[in-house]
Amino acid sequence: MQNNPQLNANGELRHLLSIEGLPRDVLLGILDTAASFVGVTEREVKKVPLLRGKSVFNLFFEPSTRTRTTFEIAAKRLSADVINLNVAVSSQTKGESLLDTVSNLSAMQADLFVVRHGSSGAPFLIAQHVKPHEHVVNAGDGRHAHPTQGLLDLYTIRHYKQDFSRLRVAIVGDILHSRVARSLIHGLTTLGTPEVRVIGPQTLLPTGVEALGVKVFNKMQEGLRDADVVVMLRLQNERMRGALLPSAQEFFKHYGLTAQKLALAKPDAIVMHPGPMNRGVEIDSTVADGPHSVILPQVTFGIAVRMAVMSIVAGN
Amino acid sequence: MTPLPDAEKLCAQLAAELKPAVSPSTAMIGLYTGGVWLAERLHAALGIAVPLGTMDIAFYRDDYHQQGLARDPKRTQIPFPVEGRHLLLVDDVLYTGRTVRAAMNELFDYGRPASISLVVLADRGGRELPICAQYCGSKVDVPAGMRLRLMRDDAGKLGLELKHAE
Repeated sequence: MQNNPQLNANGELRHLLSIEGLPRDVLLGILDTAASFVGVTEREVKKVPLLRGKSVFNLFFEPSTRTRTTFEIAAKRLSADVINLNVAVSSQTKGESLLDTVSNLSAMQADLFVVRHGSSGAPFLIAQHVKPHEHVVNAGDGRHAHPTQGLLDLYTIRHYKQDFSRLRVAIVGDILHSRVARSLIHGLTTLGTPEVRVIGPQTLLPTGVEALGVKVFNKMQEGLRDADVVVMLRLQNERMRGALLPSAQEFFKHYGLTAQKLALAKPDAIVMHPGPMNRGVEIDSTVADGPHSVILPQVTFGIAVRMAVMSIVAGN
Repeated sequence: MTPLPDAEKLCAQLAAELKPAVSPSTAMIGLYTGGVWLAERLHAALGIAVPLGTMDIAFYRDDYHQQGLARDPKRTQIPFPVEGRHLLLVDDVLYTGRTVRAAMNELFDYGRPASISLVVLADRGGRELPICAQYCGSKVDVPAGMRLRLMRDDAGKLGLELKHAE
């Protein structure tokens, strides 16, 4: 535990880099705190003074709209000053190294870095480099992890299903390229979910995925049977190299979520998607906009979850 | 040291004292944890029509930069408009006054109350801010380094407890 770079000497969360390796009580602490922040986000004045005077730098080396925006809203609701850097189009193109960029922002009195990077491990590198009072939150690194998305997925599941100990969760689609799937699987197993299934064509499943404690299904009809929660993933065209799939249409035929396929899951199943959705590729519009869909509440919960993460790490 | 006063007696005494101050527009808010227990009792005893509010001041504490965020903050729930209300703010023990300051800051993010009165079961002195209770069950001498707080047993009975501060 002492070697976990995310925790301080007291076992408290100092950086959020990955759900993998986080103890159960730390995860539950974040979810409980987020529940209280949901109350704040429902008020007319949606701000609390916790991070007054702190500077949060959104450091996005990869394009993102939803994640960057929800981090920005969360930081502002905590009364922090937020600086958005679209690094992909500035210093990096002029040849500055990642750690030099961070050192410069540190010289501008940064308190918290929210980092999205195309390379797995970049937030770890930054966390090892920053000063003791500075904190790092991973907003998605390569194919590795997207811990705040995993946490908001866990929050959403807990909100609708209360208890993880009786759930069957099916994660469908492009598992291979999905940092969301990896973070969610680690979170679900840590919180004691008895059955986590991954469903996808063999070419989009990482080799050895069973080692994460999941059941593998290639046929969607089998994998969806009696599921309580169905998590659809985006088909990540920008990360595809080589011919992993015949076509988007072919993918939809086999792995797209339609009302007909969803009927195989439990009658009260919820459908989630981390966004952005490709309608007609991984999910049919009738399902995305249907009564089982909790895709938009996920976005709302995401703000409270990010407020919880930032206020916990910045205080440790 | 004199023995701690009986919390049940103080609670009954506070209810009697508050009775004349309650009007149909009076609303009550309890502060977690002890203040909520006390407020539940007073709210029922006084027959206050407006539903009880509960507040956890974790997001408004002034020691966040030293202590970090408190673990497992409860959700503040104010089920009535604060604007223009006469509020009774209830806590178990009044000490430095910092909790009450935080609670007032949070309250003003819900609206502008007509007035706020502070109700506490015990006042142990040691104020660090210009705050006082309008309704106080009893003054209690507490040695430095000790923590005075309200407890509630399984039967719902209230009792004051003195412990070494962590």
